[in-house]
Amino acid sequence: MTDPLLVFDRLGVTFADGTETLRGIDLSVTQGEFVAVVGPSGCGKSTLLRVASGLQHATDGNVSAPRDSTGYVFQDPTLLPWRTVRANVRLFAELHGMETAECDARVDAALATVGLSEWAHHYPRQLSGGMRMRASLARSLVLRPSLFMFDEPFGAVDEMTRERLNDELQALFAEQGFAGLFVTHSVSEAVFLATRVIVMSARPGRIVADIPVSFPHPRGHDLRYTPEFASVAAEVSSALRQGAP
Amino acid sequence: MSGTVNRRTDRRPGSARMTDIAGPVVVFVMFIGLWYLVSEVLLPSHKRFLLPAPHTVVREGFLVWRQGDRRGLQPILVSLWDSSKVALTGLCITIVFGILLALLMSTRRWIEKATWPYLVAVQSAPVLALTPLIRALIDGSTTQRVLVVVLISVFPVVSNTLFGLLSADRGQHDLFTLHGAKRLTRLLKLQLPSALPSIFVGLRSAAGLSVIGAVVGDFYFRGAGVVGIGAQIDVYRQRLWGSELIASIILASALGLTVFLVFGWLSRKVIGRWHEPERGQ
Repeated sequence: MTDPLLVFDRLGVTFADGTETLRGIDLSVTQGEFVAVVGPSGCGKSTLLRVASGLQHATDGNVSAPRDSTGYVFQDPTLLPWRTVRANVRLFAELHGMETAECDARVDAALATVGLSEWAHHYPRQLSGGMRMRASLARSLVLRPSLFMFDEPFGAVDEMTRERLNDELQALFAEQGFAGLFVTHSVSEAVFLATRVIVMSARPGRIVADIPVSFPHPRGHDLRYTPEFASVAAEVSSALRQGAP
Repeated sequence: MSGTVNRRTDRRPGSARMTDIAGPVVVFVMFIGLWYLVSEVLLPSHKRFLLPAPHTVVREGFLVWRQGDRRGLQPILVSLWDSSKVALTGLCITIVFGILLALLMSTRRWIEKATWPYLVAVQSAPVLALTPLIRALIDGSTTQRVLVVVLISVFPVVSNTLFGLLSADRGQHDLFTLHGAKRLTRLLKLQLPSALPSIFVGLRSAAGLSVIGAVVGDFYFRGAGVVGIGAQIDVYRQRLWGSELIASIILASALGLTVFLVFGWLSRKVIGRWHEPERGQ
């Protein structure tokens, strides 16, 4: 088995106002694993990602993550409105001082991967919500990260767009084989995308279940309507209810 | 993958253009009607020279080129040009100084807190109260008038620029933190572009105020042989030349409006492609 890319070792987070958000989190994610995290609102799912990315400090335990090789996709696309899609996708490469020719090649490839080549010279306000999320994903793809973290990236788009984006992300994972940590409120989304689903309790968030999802990749759209899929989703839902306040 | 582009379909261009033109025309006609009502009907006949009717103002204030050393359009335009130079010089200084001060204030909270009281004091102090101090400290009426312009117009530039710099989205800040961006990179690639809409709101306010500042400065600081439009207005007031007085006021307002519109145009050129202005901006 390969070494894990991301390790939480007895992680705990208590905010300055005394609110304990996470307690005793032990979790590791290896290359080729796509781990989805579900849990009630306020259980610390997003805090887990912020700690992993270095945006938030842990107050207990340790975190080990490849900071220079991590992609982060937020719930909001966080595109810079004054930059075209292409300039937005270039941003991280610019911040990392990537050489121009290499940068251009990677930007072209990332835009093609998410299907936005034709929209490269449009501004974010001219795009639909789904297209903005794709641009946000492409921005991280340019760095070719070994670990991707997603903080409810499709929470703000409609159901049809969400399913389509799930299909596309799942195909991308099957093709590129990065490690993924994906926070979501949707059980169906978690089961469809993940190789493991982590279920967290209400605050302070603890891991109450670690459920493997063994459907092979790439996964077809119709997987969602099979009895096997429903069975795993029911198991995740049951664990969620046990961890609820 | 496929997608759809967001398109604005809430306004039909043709109909919008009609109301955009008809509205101002109707208000202008009402304004002229009200002016005639006051000057020809409501004012007693012995006071009508104070507010001549519109056609009298046009005939005596705009259609006479020069009569004596003060009357006619030419002396008004010379004064207006003098005030324009003062207003634009002051505005340029205001823009550079105001933006640099806002940048400095955005770097440290204590600098921001220490500076605000002085800005508010400058904004609220009447120029009349500062007149003796300005006269005592600075030589030359042009420099004195430029200083008045800066004092009157600097506040909106600083406050709007600072607001814009500090209002960049938290998620966008997180992006830059995640990728180890230095302070200068964050300023140039995130905070300044993000602040541009606010900066332009401040510039447009300052543009209007700069003309007001120049006219006010003309009243209090007059050099020998150089007469700004404010000083010219004061002369017309003293001599009870109503038509020249109103023509001067109209042209001074037109100058303010022109500078305001130029900055509106500049704003659309610079940020119009990506920024959707709120109504009133």
